[in-house]
Amino acid sequence: MIKKSDVEHVALLARLELTDNEKEIYTRQLNDILGHFESLQELETTNVEPMAHVLSLFNVFREDKVDRHLPSENVLANCPDRDEDCFRVPKIV
Amino acid sequence: MSLYYLTAHELHDLLLKKEISAVEVNEAVFDRIESVEDSVKAYLTLTRDQAMKTAQEVDDMIGAGRPVPPLAGIPIAIKDNICTEGVRTTAASKIIYNFIPPYDATVVKKLAGQHIAMTGKTNLDEFAMGSSTENSGFFATHNPWDRECVPGGSSGGSAAAVAAGESVCAIGSDTGGSIRQPAAFCGVVGIKPTYGAVSRYGLIAFASSLDQIGPFTRDVTDCALMLNAICGHDPLDSTSSPYEVPDFRRCLVNDVKGLKIGVPREYMSEGIDADVRQIIEKAMSLLELNGARIEETSLPHLGFSLPVYYLIAPAEASSNLARYDGVRYGFRSAGAQDVVDMFMKTRSQGFGAEVKRRIMLGTYVLSAGYYDAYYLKALKVRTLIKEDFNNAFEKFDILLSPTTPSPAFRFGEKTGDPLKMYLSDVFTIAVNLAGIPGLSVPCGFVNGLPVGLQLMGRPFSEGKLLQAAYTFEQCTDHHRKHPEL
Repeated sequence: MIKKSDVEHVALLARLELTDNEKEIYTRQLNDILGHFESLQELETTNVEPMAHVLSLFNVFREDKVDRHLPSENVLANCPDRDEDCFRVPKIV
Repeated sequence: MSLYYLTAHELHDLLLKKEISAVEVNEAVFDRIESVEDSVKAYLTLTRDQAMKTAQEVDDMIGAGRPVPPLAGIPIAIKDNICTEGVRTTAASKIIYNFIPPYDATVVKKLAGQHIAMTGKTNLDEFAMGSSTENSGFFATHNPWDRECVPGGSSGGSAAAVAAGESVCAIGSDTGGSIRQPAAFCGVVGIKPTYGAVSRYGLIAFASSLDQIGPFTRDVTDCALMLNAICGHDPLDSTSSPYEVPDFRRCLVNDVKGLKIGVPREYMSEGIDADVRQIIEKAMSLLELNGARIEETSLPHLGFSLPVYYLIAPAEASSNLARYDGVRYGFRSAGAQDVVDMFMKTRSQGFGAEVKRRIMLGTYVLSAGYYDAYYLKALKVRTLIKEDFNNAFEKFDILLSPTTPSPAFRFGEKTGDPLKMYLSDVFTIAVNLAGIPGLSVPCGFVNGLPVGLQLMGRPFSEGKLLQAAYTFEQCTDHHRKHPEL
């Protein structure tokens, strides 16, 4: 059973600020959704491998050399606030 | 017949014969957009100037006697969660409402290499999370067959654009049915290719182990042309498969003699509309008449695919969407006290309700104490579902089902209850979990609304799906019907 305090904790982890109304709705809906998914627990899966990747996959290597990348002007073009070649953010500490 | 309702291959033939020009084709499509877009609302952004410029270049190439690729000058729409250099790409989310990508997605680059005329960027459920476009951060798209009904989702804008003559083909993405379900609802052909068949580079990530890009077209031949254009290995996507891409046109063979088709009984029992069942049974008889061998089979764990999907996809989404923090691009909430406050306010104001719900669900199932019970359990059951498909494909070449249990639903019908909305993906989800290809082809109508037939195959058996769908299409005329708008 998910409590309102669980929803508040998860919201903090997810960096979401929820209104009281949202907290209530999500508490109810997460309980509904996860309640509906309880059927999974009936399945015996002790000896089943969890799927890491759906098709067989191999490590992908490339030469360790400098490639061409986007010019910083293009990278910074979308940012809400900048200071020369840096992203500017509100104070951190 | 209006130019805007022709297929890409018909238009290509007319272009080569110089009976029409690419500029005329694109003018016809943009005129059509002008007259019907207010009632369909398929597009978030139109790129008319760009399309007309490409069309002119294609006409010049043809005029100069130079060879042009099969999709040259064809008006094609791109789902707005796929990056297009210099053209706003929003994923229908307010959190990146102003994002102008500095690069093209690999599929967009490949299509540009074919000289397609990009018509614009189509509407979707925010970050592709939804089954109706009602979760778009901007507005909903309407089903061209009945404007009171949803077009399906999440690629609803792409499906509606092709159905309404607002583009000839379109690109979408499919994480749990987001190509096949809207293709079925709008009466067009849609395919989710094998995981790894098409590069995901430049696709705004939702659930990376399930996402795959694919086309919407008016017929199976165009589907083959689009797959030819977009499939193939890409060094920029390490999960893209280094496989030999066949020429899919060679798979357009009108023959299913001896083809072994399995019909999983789980798909034909649970909550399927009687009318839909009848249409699917008719489609089965038609394939049998053409020599296919159809037998009932079973995928015993299929019933678990919905919970598995709605644990794995939100878990991956909660991690993928952590990047939207107001620092590097998109929306930033003003007046925050410090950086954490800015993250919280930006994300709370920028994301819509369904996206927040899935981030919450995903964060919860990944959090300490719940990981084993939910996420790990889901990964294990995903293995069981994949094994069910492996077993079935030892006996059958193709599996067949309805694409959706019922035709398009009405606006507001499922928005109040997220679980009800999730259930509309019940027939398409397992294909993504198993990483296999799935194709939806129009197979009839219920009360004027289209119904889709879903064909599923082994990994990288797109050719076989095309062949079966092509054969089916040759003895039906559903693909030649168009909505009245």
